[in-house]
Amino acid sequence: MSGSPTYVPKSALGRWFESRLPIMGLVHSSFVAFPVPRNLNYLWTFGAILAFMLVAQIVTGIILAMHYVPSATAAFASVEHIMRDVNYGWLIRYLHTNGASMFFLAVYIHMFRGIYYGSYKAPREVLWILGVIIYLLMMATAFMGYVLPWGSMSFAGATVITNLFTAVPAVGTGVAHWLWGGYAVGDPTLNRFFSLHYLLPFMIVGVVLLHVWALHVAGQNNPDGVEVQNVERDTVAFTPYATIKDLFGVSIFLILYAWFVFYIPTYLLDADNSVPANPLVTPAHIVPEWYLLPFYAILRAIPNKLVGVVALAAAIILLAFLPWLDTSKVKSGKYRPAFRVFFWLFVVCCVGLGYLGSQEVSDASTLAARILAVGYFGFLLVVLPALGLVEKTKPIPASIADAVLAKAKPAEAAAPPASR
Amino acid sequence: MANDAKYPGPLGPLLAGAANGELASAAEGLGRTDPAERNASALAPDFRRNDLGVHLSSAAIENPNRRDFLYIATAAVGAVGAAAVAWPLIDQMNPDASTLALASIEVDLAPIAEGQIVVVKWRGGPVFVRHRTKKEIDDAVNTPLSELKDPQTDQQRVKKPEWLIVSGVCTHLGCVPLGHEGQYDGWKCPCHGSVYDTSGRIRQGPAPANLAVPEYAFLSDTRVKIG
Repeated sequence: MSGSPTYVPKSALGRWFESRLPIMGLVHSSFVAFPVPRNLNYLWTFGAILAFMLVAQIVTGIILAMHYVPSATAAFASVEHIMRDVNYGWLIRYLHTNGASMFFLAVYIHMFRGIYYGSYKAPREVLWILGVIIYLLMMATAFMGYVLPWGSMSFAGATVITNLFTAVPAVGTGVAHWLWGGYAVGDPTLNRFFSLHYLLPFMIVGVVLLHVWALHVAGQNNPDGVEVQNVERDTVAFTPYATIKDLFGVSIFLILYAWFVFYIPTYLLDADNSVPANPLVTPAHIVPEWYLLPFYAILRAIPNKLVGVVALAAAIILLAFLPWLDTSKVKSGKYRPAFRVFFWLFVVCCVGLGYLGSQEVSDASTLAARILAVGYFGFLLVVLPALGLVEKTKPIPASIADAVLAKAKPAEAAAPPASR
Repeated sequence: MANDAKYPGPLGPLLAGAANGELASAAEGLGRTDPAERNASALAPDFRRNDLGVHLSSAAIENPNRRDFLYIATAAVGAVGAAAVAWPLIDQMNPDASTLALASIEVDLAPIAEGQIVVVKWRGGPVFVRHRTKKEIDDAVNTPLSELKDPQTDQQRVKKPEWLIVSGVCTHLGCVPLGHEGQYDGWKCPCHGSVYDTSGRIRQGPAPANLAVPEYAFLSDTRVKIG
């Protein structure tokens, strides 16, 4: 819980402040003394990686906003001004663009970790749902951010996504006009997307705080899926163990990030976005950014406009129901051999849908996308509920300490840990 | 304290103190030795510790171990890295290349008639380029310094006497004075009534200083570069 009563500052000034605003105790109980399962692997560093990327995007974004002009006539030129005139503008722009891709890479690994190890199961359902909300906010933020440079692909993407609302019967077109501030994507749309793109990350920060709070109530899940029973035997203190591990994970991640920013900064950018937006011409080959491709593929695979939009929304919203879709009592995929097979098939579906989303529409690609979409929804709606009822699981360890010590040599496994 | 550990090294109090919430007592910890605590083997650290396993003694300061070296080296590299990251984020607010391109301007003097004042924009503000008549030059040169709030001779303020180039920003609170106004036929500021003469020197009113003379150079008889 927040504000551990055992934390007492050493100095009189510290005690005076702490009795009025116990923030030092809160930080201490949350990030210094907080008990962390001792069997976590490096997949658990992605929370810290994501927090770092959120701060990085906010800092680089606020700086870009000092130089960017959100007007249809000046936006494209202002981005070129940032790239060419502003001191280190090219660096800050590439940090922000590639930072968004790295942010999504980290969030997908983070989510797949949650699915594999059953981190969404009780008592962490709300934690998971808060995560889905963060994911939705991230997608909205990224979509609006991509519109801001006002290139051809920015304009096309804005048009296609906002046109999704016209699929809604009766009110759809009115909603679309309301979003656009006109009869099509234009200057009013760009201005309001800039305002909302500045706002949404701070809403993400708020939901992230709730997410971390919910995490600290239940404690972390762990690769063995066995809850902490004995704090002394099963856990280590957050500082220095998780602190240093997170720092190391962030450093490796930053190497990958820096690789993109300094060697291949435009690898993930679409060449069509170097052409200014033209409402009268659509590029020959429209694609969203890579992190939205799987959902784009699902949308395109369905011939009916409204059903396609519903499928797109369902593909994301269904994730929130995972805690109840999965009926298995065993949390971790480590002890669920059948689940492991389906999990990796699910990953293949997601990556495959992503690839198909990037390709031009053809009979073959549409058929493949339909098969993979069936796989995607089948995993969530059929496999997960059924598997928990019929699967044969491996025996789970009695405790985290047992799981960890079983890997050590038998002699050491029998020896108690060093006493204080 | 029970959290002192098994490895000698000079970093103990800072790290152990920080890990245990005793930031203010980090300095107090200097010199703490407690042999009774060093009872676990160096190869099997106690997982429940939340210090970093370092400890200070007077012998330890002279014998830093590998861990201390690694910590200090990492912190040093981290500090350099932090500075390298911070600098672009700060420097981006400095004037950019397009602003610096306008840091100097060239003015063509040929079309400016005698007696005419031309206002040019330089670094975002007005600069007066005045082609002075003989009377205006003489009035400026023949002014006794005792009459001036900010004493300067005219010769100190011009390179060629017929060309007066001064900043058009009133030294009081920044308004732009009006030319050919005031009893000296120089400038008069409409905001609070400061009066300048034909050398741009303050004569009356609340302004404390003469109109500033920017850096300039004549590229030829008819072309001057300001800034």
